[in-house]
Amino acid sequence: MREIDVNTITENVAKMCMEAAYYLPEDVYRGLKKGRETETSPVGQVVLDQIIKNAEIAKNEDRPICQDTGMTIVFLKLGQEVHITGGDLYEAVNAGIAKGYTEGYLRKSVVAEPLFNRVNTKNNTPGVIYTEIVPGDKLDITIAPKGFGSENKSGVKMLVPADGVEGVKKAVMEIMLHASMNPCPPVVVGVGIGGTMDRAAYMSKKALTRSIEERNPMPEYAKLEEELLELINKTGIGPQLGGNTTALAVNIEWGPTHIAGLPVAVTICCHAMRHSHRVL
Amino acid sequence: MAETIRITTPFKKEDSIKLKAGDSVLITGEIYSARDAAHKAMTEALARGEKLPIDWHNQIVYYLGPTPAKPGDPIGSCGPTTSGRMDAYTPTMLDQGIQGMIGKGSRTKEVVEAMKKHGVTYFAAVGGAAALIAKSVKKYEVIAYPELGPEALAKLTVEDFPAIVVIDSEGNSLYETNQAKYRTLEGY
Repeated sequence: MREIDVNTITENVAKMCMEAAYYLPEDVYRGLKKGRETETSPVGQVVLDQIIKNAEIAKNEDRPICQDTGMTIVFLKLGQEVHITGGDLYEAVNAGIAKGYTEGYLRKSVVAEPLFNRVNTKNNTPGVIYTEIVPGDKLDITIAPKGFGSENKSGVKMLVPADGVEGVKKAVMEIMLHASMNPCPPVVVGVGIGGTMDRAAYMSKKALTRSIEERNPMPEYAKLEEELLELINKTGIGPQLGGNTTALAVNIEWGPTHIAGLPVAVTICCHAMRHSHRVL
Repeated sequence: MAETIRITTPFKKEDSIKLKAGDSVLITGEIYSARDAAHKAMTEALARGEKLPIDWHNQIVYYLGPTPAKPGDPIGSCGPTTSGRMDAYTPTMLDQGIQGMIGKGSRTKEVVEAMKKHGVTYFAAVGGAAALIAKSVKKYEVIAYPELGPEALAKLTVEDFPAIVVIDSEGNSLYETNQAKYRTLEGY
């Protein structure tokens, strides 16, 4: 049994919240640069120049890339040989979020109850925490802050097996065309195929933690990722004001599903595709 | 890209109606930030027959909820939020004299009709360019609803704030024309 103290978790989560908010991952930065090279719309080029310059300012001056520093999505992979000591694991993660968002001058964007009162919790907690129990004696943490300009345009479609590949493409394109310029393109599109409605949604989020330069290991899904990216970049949506750089990548995750079903979930992420990863 | 047009506030109707969809502008002067919660508070105040915290005539509203300022800075990161969430309140607010709006994303037909009626211009700032935009903000002062935190109604003093006219006072939309121009998608 390896022991990990809750304070270590809190300290790490706090730092990771700040890092994620300030530093755009290198793969996304390279994706933006590549998009700028191929963008043909003059106004699209201006927008991409601003987005690239913005990422550089944020990195050099430790400032949030976007004012919407998001709801904090946390993926934990907890080794089954780890013993958490000194307190509650989820309380430790949330204490880290509160510390990171306060000390890092990040925006607190969470309300405690969604419909009747909507009172801000003032420290961005609680995070949305997903936990997987895995073999080993490590705690693997990914912090993925998610802005709601793009989250509001995400969605799920419950297809049937007969809809097939063409049905999946249609479902993704319908969500993308409806989202249009609103989710701050160039976007990264996370797609979850299979499972149940909620499992598909979870997979679409998880897909966004993969590098945008890495394709799905199964060739059929890798090909579908490429085909969807090409279709999305033909919509004309471009970098917000029209053009051909609408998406930087499509990342698909898939999972087993029911004989009667073909759930498809799409999480759209803005160009500020932020995450931070550490293994304790 | 055409030449950049410099705008200073107050932003009058005669200035607004000259602008065309696609124009690049740099805004200097005072603008006011408000988003969902402040819009709700203001339209509820109007429904009760109360006066609003500021006179909106010839003013520009910026849909914004910034991050907290670091010590020594006037403001934190401060890019635009999605304008569509304000659409339900916007015709009422334009009746109050707002002449320009800065945000990002599409607007409803009702908003565009209200814009045409009052000669209002809708500008887009680049979504997610929040650290860059902060460089053009010199002062941030909360005017009303401080309890709303980042959603408070605030006055921003800006210098060369970069924006693009996306829907002009005649209802022409750069979003529509430019998306159509670059669209090669077939069958979806």
